[in-house]
Amino acid sequence: MSDTTLASAAERRKLVRAGLGRRHLTERLFRGFGILAIVLALGFVGILFTDVLRKGIPAFMQSNVHLAVTYDPELLKIDPAPEQAAGQSDADFRAARLAWERKVAMLNWNNVIEAALRKAAPEGFEIDARQILTITETDARHRVRERFAADPSLLGQTIEIDLLASANTDNWVKGNIDRNLGDAQQQLSAPARALIDIFEENGTITQGFAWSLFTNVDSRSAPASAGLLGALMGTFWMMLIVIVLAVPLGVGSAIYLEEFAPKSRITDIIEVNINNLAAVPSIVFGLLGAAVFINWFRLPLSAPLAGGLVLTLMTLPTIIIATRAALKGVSPALRQAALGMGASKTQMVFHHVLPVTFPSILTATIIGVAQAMGETAPLLLIGMNAFVAAVPATPIDQATALPVQIFLWQGNENRNFFEPRTSAAIMVLLAFMITLNAIAIFLRSRLEKRA
Amino acid sequence: MKTALYASAAVIALTAFGTNAAFAQSRDTIQIAGSSTVLPFSSIVAEEFGATFPEFKTPVVGSGGTGGGFRQFCEGVGDNTIDIANASRPMRDSEREACAAAGVTDIREVQFGFDGIVFASSAAGADFALTPVQVFKAIAAKVPVDGQLVDNPYKTWNEIDPSLPNQPIALAIPGSNHGTREVFQERVVTPGAEAAELPEGLTDEEIEAVETTFRQDVVVEIAGDYTETLARLTADPNTVGVFGLSFYDQNRDTLKVATVDGVTPSLETVAAGEYPVSRPLYFYVKGQHIGVIPGLAEFTEYFLSEGMSGNGGTLEGAGLIPQPAEVTAEVLANFQQ
Repeated sequence: MSDTTLASAAERRKLVRAGLGRRHLTERLFRGFGILAIVLALGFVGILFTDVLRKGIPAFMQSNVHLAVTYDPELLKIDPAPEQAAGQSDADFRAARLAWERKVAMLNWNNVIEAALRKAAPEGFEIDARQILTITETDARHRVRERFAADPSLLGQTIEIDLLASANTDNWVKGNIDRNLGDAQQQLSAPARALIDIFEENGTITQGFAWSLFTNVDSRSAPASAGLLGALMGTFWMMLIVIVLAVPLGVGSAIYLEEFAPKSRITDIIEVNINNLAAVPSIVFGLLGAAVFINWFRLPLSAPLAGGLVLTLMTLPTIIIATRAALKGVSPALRQAALGMGASKTQMVFHHVLPVTFPSILTATIIGVAQAMGETAPLLLIGMNAFVAAVPATPIDQATALPVQIFLWQGNENRNFFEPRTSAAIMVLLAFMITLNAIAIFLRSRLEKRA
Repeated sequence: MKTALYASAAVIALTAFGTNAAFAQSRDTIQIAGSSTVLPFSSIVAEEFGATFPEFKTPVVGSGGTGGGFRQFCEGVGDNTIDIANASRPMRDSEREACAAAGVTDIREVQFGFDGIVFASSAAGADFALTPVQVFKAIAAKVPVDGQLVDNPYKTWNEIDPSLPNQPIALAIPGSNHGTREVFQERVVTPGAEAAELPEGLTDEEIEAVETTFRQDVVVEIAGDYTETLARLTADPNTVGVFGLSFYDQNRDTLKVATVDGVTPSLETVAAGEYPVSRPLYFYVKGQHIGVIPGLAEFTEYFLSEGMSGNGGTLEGAGLIPQPAEVTAEVLANFQQ
């Protein structure tokens, strides 16, 4: 009896041993594939990030030209600014002031900049007016003029002012353009390049943090001053609309569908369609938005309101599905206990079930909003890819959004300057995404502990 | 939870009312869309306009190509339609009809300067000296060989003409949504086909088919902007791309320009009319919006001013080829009619 068991045990052991090698091999192979997959995935992400960081980080520094600008009355022939006379109405004074400002704007401020640049240059340096003005950005004259318009007593005085170096100067200083190329292939003339090198040595041109990236709106006439402020505000308005509309609507419909709606054919159809909606490509929502919100509701073109509504449509299914999944996950014991204590169905849902699902709903919302924030395609169709050089003060002012701004900069013709700028904008967008996701994770872990 | 719900409901209601009230007032920002060639010029004028005229807002400039711009322009009259369409070709009759059908009857054409169209290749590559007939032979699906129309046999440029480099033929041309395409067709391909001496006895339709049917294997149509064409050139250094002169000018470090009929494209040669492939640039103003949208007439006048589009003006620095002052004066007079 025991003999046969032993024999069969030995036999079995033999059989197992024979197959052991193969089993270990399969396991090793599987582990190997797993590691390979992770290495590949992380590798691609790593390459992407290094590329963006390598290109983008230098764009956070910008060349500035430190100049002593003289408001020379010889160059600026302008009457003194109007003062409000006794008895003059406010409207009259405003009109007079506006007319004066217009006159100030019409003065040739480039002469003032040119004089300041020449003063900073070594004695007798030969360079013509056109060439020397390519060193500072074209908005320099507006900066200098604004200072004067704000304080007309500056006439005849000299002030120290930091102006942006032009995009081409910045390229030259940073080596974004090959310094060995011949004159014909350079954007700046030979004397201008020589003068920039001198300026760099004597400290007239310095590198500083590119605050303009965050404090300025987009610009084409002065590329070095192009910033993200307009796009950031546009994105802010859209996200506000998405949160205000998508969260209550999404959570509300999920609660109704899950808790109150009778299970019938119609609710089944609705459920299937919501799942389908979540899979609809975003460009379709863009087309829909252009047809419905722009052409039918007559919402303004390029406005964050229309963009926000389109993104709301896109985010709704995500929130509904996540909320329903969260509600389904609540243990029946909780519901029965609440109902057993005499709570009404509404009380059961709002007092007991919903608080438990709160962390999941919050996470879904934040991830949905982050997704909407990075969405570009639908916005292109409702005219949000326009060039807007103003900060949108309300959601119905024309604006652009962060991802669309990246798209626009990527298409700018000054490649040497805007390639790094585009990467910098990508870094800003990614920083927002990572922050949002981090908040989601943090809130979830905190709230789950409490619940 | 309850308070949160009530709060959201209140906010929704507010948004709904708030926006309704806001729509009642009319738009005070000029809205522009259209040609991506005109876009940089238009944007620069828009910015300067906003900086110079404190009482007007900075106009908003969208893209979408000449055709796309006209489509938006012709959607009708009113707040949610654009005021100005940028164009790198004149408006077609069919587009005027579409406009008229939607009630856009007062269309004012403004021509403000010229742009050259250049062939450019990678700066590291060989030099090109092209003629229209060579370009035609490179891209047409059927070409005349010994008096017979045959499928295009040329693989490299030097097979077309020994003076050209021994380099595989590859061309990136603008897609049909771009006004540049029409000029390319009119100023390069059609004259090229005529010079190539098509066989006798073809009907007009057959000739047109020969002139407009391109080889799909070596010709890439770019629907996006010039950066996309540039990306093609970087990916395949053998590609010859079609660019606007102003775009080439800003990327001289990576691009090398080809001569056409022996003329090097530049501000001077285009202005003098020596370089054959150039075209006037336009924008179209919706007359019915003048006086409704603040600053529309002022913007047009500012655009045409000496300091902007004139000789030595701001736009010349950005690559626009100024038109003679008499032409500008005439255009302005027509606009103000």
